[in-house]
This record gives sequence, structure tokens and C-alpha cells, in this order.
Amino acid sequence: MNVSLRVNGESYTLDVAPNTLLVSVLREHLGLTGTHVGCDTSQCGACTIHVDGRAVKSCAILAVQVQDAEVLTIEGLGSVDELHPMQQAFRDCHGLQCGFCTPGMIMQAVDLVSQAETFDADAIRQGMEGNLCRCTGYQNIVAAVTEGAAALKAKSGET
Amino acid sequence: MYSFDYHCPVDLAAARSLYAEAEDPMYLSGGMTLIPSMKQRLAAPSDLIDLSGLQELQGIELIDSQGRTGIRVGALSRHNEVAGNALVLSQLPVLAQVASSIGDNQVRNRGTLGGSVANSDPAADLPAALLGLQAVINTQDRQIPADEFFHDLFETALAADDVLVSVDFAVPLRATYQKFRNPASGYAVVGVLVAEYASGCRVGVTGAGPCAFRACALEDALNHSFVPEVLNDVEVPDAGFNSDLHASSEYRAHLVKVLAKRAVNELNQQR
Repeated sequence: MNVSLRVNGESYTLDVAPNTLLVSVLREHLGLTGTHVGCDTSQCGACTIHVDGRAVKSCAILAVQVQDAEVLTIEGLGSVDELHPMQQAFRDCHGLQCGFCTPGMIMQAVDLVSQAETFDADAIRQGMEGNLCRCTGYQNIVAAVTEGAAALKAKSGET
Repeated sequence: MYSFDYHCPVDLAAARSLYAEAEDPMYLSGGMTLIPSMKQRLAAPSDLIDLSGLQELQGIELIDSQGRTGIRVGALSRHNEVAGNALVLSQLPVLAQVASSIGDNQVRNRGTLGGSVANSDPAADLPAALLGLQAVINTQDRQIPADEFFHDLFETALAADDVLVSVDFAVPLRATYQKFRNPASGYAVVGVLVAEYASGCRVGVTGAGPCAFRACALEDALNHSFVPEVLNDVEVPDAGFNSDLHASSEYRAHLVKVLAKRAVNELNQQR
């Protein structure tokens, strides 16, 4: 089946079997391996990307379901030379150890902080409950999301 | 995941005729249960009929149901859309409360009200809301009261080829949802929705039994006196309740009463 979609601003038309997962298309067809497969049972959130602006788990979505959608992955969020404020915050706060969960954490955090003006630590923990990390104990992830949210707010105030 | 044919019809009639023609089809909504089930090969439809393009299943609107205010929620409404909808927040905030307690943010961005209701997972939140809020389930040609809808574990009054189009909720005087979450999955170990109507009070329970049900003994007691203490002497038998590694049936029966009392207490504080 043909599926047309936009990924990180580029248009693609791909011929995929109906049982192809969106995460497989991203990783195996398009080579965007920043999106990770952790549990493959939609528990861990490592595969979180944005579809039409909202965070979703790409291991629980078929590629054929995102016909004409706008997809954003971690590769499209920022670049090595110019990190997205949330990426910078994870770096500055040491919000990662092994880094496997980090792309999903960041994509979910960006969606989360777009939903409200301010967040306390409890709201961040609740908002990030669909993402699991086995290294950090979450303290620095919460700190990173707090700092990333503030940086994004300051940035949106400038423009 | 086994292979299958995928269809994305543009209207209800086309979806129904695709279903009639296929060998072993299933309807697909948000896919938050169905796709993981297919990955585990617990479901293996020959054809997936994606309902996401059906206009008939969309939208949230105010309705008049037998002279009373109601809210009609289209089956394709995603949980986060329900939770953030201005009409729901102003007229039926308890439904936003229930929707925002489902799963996690990514699941709520994708999962739909119709999909969750039609699936009748024993630990899903929405079935308790449908029972507590006098809901009516609309299919392509039938209206089914929530009281007659939930039959058993993953069994509802829907025939295999029925499409759940929308759900009508009656706006209560007051209502709240109390949930004892499984800390890992977010599913309700037990969830209790208590709603007060002019005609009396309703208690919808999920998580405790094979499917959601109304706790009629609790309703009777609360109609007599709407205070938590009145539930002290009401028996909640655990016969037929779920028992698993998360909670015994006896513990779930205990939770039904505890959560109902918390709900009543919360509603009385709002008075």
C-alpha cells in the first residue's frame, strides 16, 4: 500500500505492507534511528514521536494510519549545532544516563509543556508517566523538563 | 503481527459493506488496544476497517434528551479531546475527569471513547462513567441504554458488525469519579463513579467484576441518605469479582465501598 506523509518537513510516499508499524517505517525505511523501540508493548514510551503535533507511541500505530499526517521525530526537533531548548535542558540537567529513553522523554516533554502555562514537579511526573527510565530515578528528568519548560516559555516571550 | 488487508472507508455505509464482504474483519478506531493485541497475536483479523475517516463518528455537542440537557460524544473523540473540550468541561466536568485519568498522555492522544467503550475492558474507566451518567450508546441503527450494554469480559450488546457511532450522557446535578490506579498500567484496580440526578443517585463501578456494573445496593442506601456512613452496613459481595496478582476479589469488594464513600464525601464537600 502507498502511504504519503511528511516527516520532519520532508514529503515521502512509501510502499508498505499494512502490518508495518510507524516506528519501523521511521527506523528501517527512512533510517531515522533516533526513535527507539524499548518494550514494543506500548508501555515504555521510548518510541514517542509527534503526529500532527501531539505525542504518540509509534510502536502502536500502523504506518497506513498516518496517511497525509505531519510527523516529527527527535531528528527534526533540533540539530547537533542547535539543540532544541528541551534537548539543551536534558543535557544541562544531566537528565539521562544511558540515553535510550531520552528521545521519547524529550518528545513527550515538548508536548506536555505545550499544554499548560506552568508545571510543578508533581504535574511533570504525572505528565511523563507514559515514559519509563531505568537509569536516572527520574529526579534529573523532572529537573530537565522544568528547565526546558522555562526556556521554551522565555523563548516564546521573545518572539 | 500477522498480515491483513487494510481499508479506510469514508462513510458508515461503506464501512458496513466492507465488513459484510470480509472474511474475518475488525473495526479499528484509535488502536491503543487492538494494535498491541495484534502484535501479540491475540487478535488476527483478516481485514482491518479503519473508522477514522467517518464524519458520522466525530464531534461533541449539546443535545436535548427527553427534556434534559445531555452531551453527545462522537465515538472517534480521543480521550484528550474529551478531557479538554470546552463543552464537556462546562457541562459534564466529570467526563473530562474520567477521560484524563485514562492511561498516559500518549495513549490519551490516540485512544478514542468509542473504542474503549466497545472493547469493554474490565479495568477501563469509561464504562463506569457510562453507567453512572445514564448514557445511551448509539449505533448505526440502535440506541442501547448503558444498563443493557456491558455483558461480560470484553462482551457488549454490540453485534460484531455494529458500529458504535456516539454516546449520549445525561448531565447530572453533581458527579465525581474515584479511582484506585494500578501504579504500573494506570488501569483502574477499581473505579467508582457516583452521580446525583433529580431522580436519584447512580453508582457505576469498573475494575471489580468481569465488566462494569451499577452497585444498586449502594445506590439504594445513598438514595435513603447521601452520606458516606450510610454505606458502612451495606454488603458488597465479592462473588464473581476479579482476582489477580494485583488484588484479590475480597480486596476489590472492599475498594468499591471505600471509593464510593470518598466520592460521596467529595460531593458533599462541594455542596
